[in-house]
Amino acid sequence: MNIYLQTLKRDLRVAIRNPSSVLNPLLFFIISVSLFPLAISPEASVLKEIAAGIIWVASMLAVLLSLNALFHHDFENGVLEQMVTSHHSLPLLILSKITAHWILTGIPIILLSPLLGLFLFLDSESVKVLMLTLLLATPSLSLIGAIGASLIVGIKNSGMLLSLLILPLYIPILIFASSAVSQAQFGLDITGQLYFLATILVVSIMAIPFVSSIALKISLE
Amino acid sequence: MSSLNVNNLNCQRGYNQLFSELSFKVNAGDVLRITGTNGSGKTSLLKILAGLNAAEEGDIALDNHPVKSDEYQSEVFYLGHLSALSAELTSIENLEFLTGLNKSIDQHLLVKALAQVGLKGYEDEYCAKLSAGQKRRVILAGLFVSNAKIWLLDEPFTALDPQGVKIVEERISKHCAQGGLCLFTTHQDSALPNQKVLAL
Repeated sequence: MNIYLQTLKRDLRVAIRNPSSVLNPLLFFIISVSLFPLAISPEASVLKEIAAGIIWVASMLAVLLSLNALFHHDFENGVLEQMVTSHHSLPLLILSKITAHWILTGIPIILLSPLLGLFLFLDSESVKVLMLTLLLATPSLSLIGAIGASLIVGIKNSGMLLSLLILPLYIPILIFASSAVSQAQFGLDITGQLYFLATILVVSIMAIPFVSSIALKISLE
Repeated sequence: MSSLNVNNLNCQRGYNQLFSELSFKVNAGDVLRITGTNGSGKTSLLKILAGLNAAEEGDIALDNHPVKSDEYQSEVFYLGHLSALSAELTSIENLEFLTGLNKSIDQHLLVKALAQVGLKGYEDEYCAKLSAGQKRRVILAGLFVSNAKIWLLDEPFTALDPQGVKIVEERISKHCAQGGLCLFTTHQDSALPNQKVLAL
């Protein structure tokens, strides 16, 4: 467990000293959401209906944008080789890197979402649901993204490949999360969607560090 | 006395057969220098011994512990071509993390290790600002404080000045005198006494 915290601390420290890699996806998130009212309509009735979808699509793309950096630097400078040869459990080290990724992208997205939600005329109840879906699902986005990131780590200019690999796996999360927010706007029950998102999260936490460690070992060969 | 046993190792990269039926034994206290032309499979052999790559065939064991076992992995320190340092971290932060991957080591020991490789006063210097030779010295300091029994060093003398080479050679001799094993590759002349040679 100690090595989990140590890796987490190291990854956060590296990111804070190189803030552009963290800030770029967040800026993309804010800018893309704020362009919709200009392009579609500033009408509250129109924006309110599509707000959840816009925020969810933008946050998914922002996470996708940040995934390339998850293992890339450590692969290039050889730290990944040291992680694989260490006698500590590689899945645990990977889980720690994924946690750092979520802290740096998922949490800021969750914290920014109420502001952007109000900007798109979402009422406070729907903002709460939006934040809840983001809280349940952004860790899954980081986890699922790690599979793609570990598969393509040795390939140069692989951004497009990563999107092709990962986007289809994100679709169920997108559908359930945005439908939860739009149904909540009509006062409908959303427990089903929330359970679904929670199930994906639990399964991902249990399985993905192992899958990702196998993929990383293959990429390093 | 522990020994590293390699039996019938077979390695192929693409259509190239790098080596086949390679068998050797390295006893505690031995230094094995692996020689060969560029592309002969020296790095591949070290990576296989480190558990990074898999061989097509063959067995590797340290006293009956196979290569992927925890007992084996905890005794290995692999020094590859890459620096293994993050540019955003200082020398001491990098060392703390890298040595922590094997065994946590007190900070004052790390500072001492840095001084031993000639980097006194560079503890809080960002690795982005270090020269190639200095970066090599940082990771070598990590090697020297590690408790690993098997040292797998791929071109350890790269970018080092003659004085640096001497420090590394002295430490390798000391490590082996204390019952460790060292396998290394180099294209430079090495003055290490009692070294065995494996030609690929």
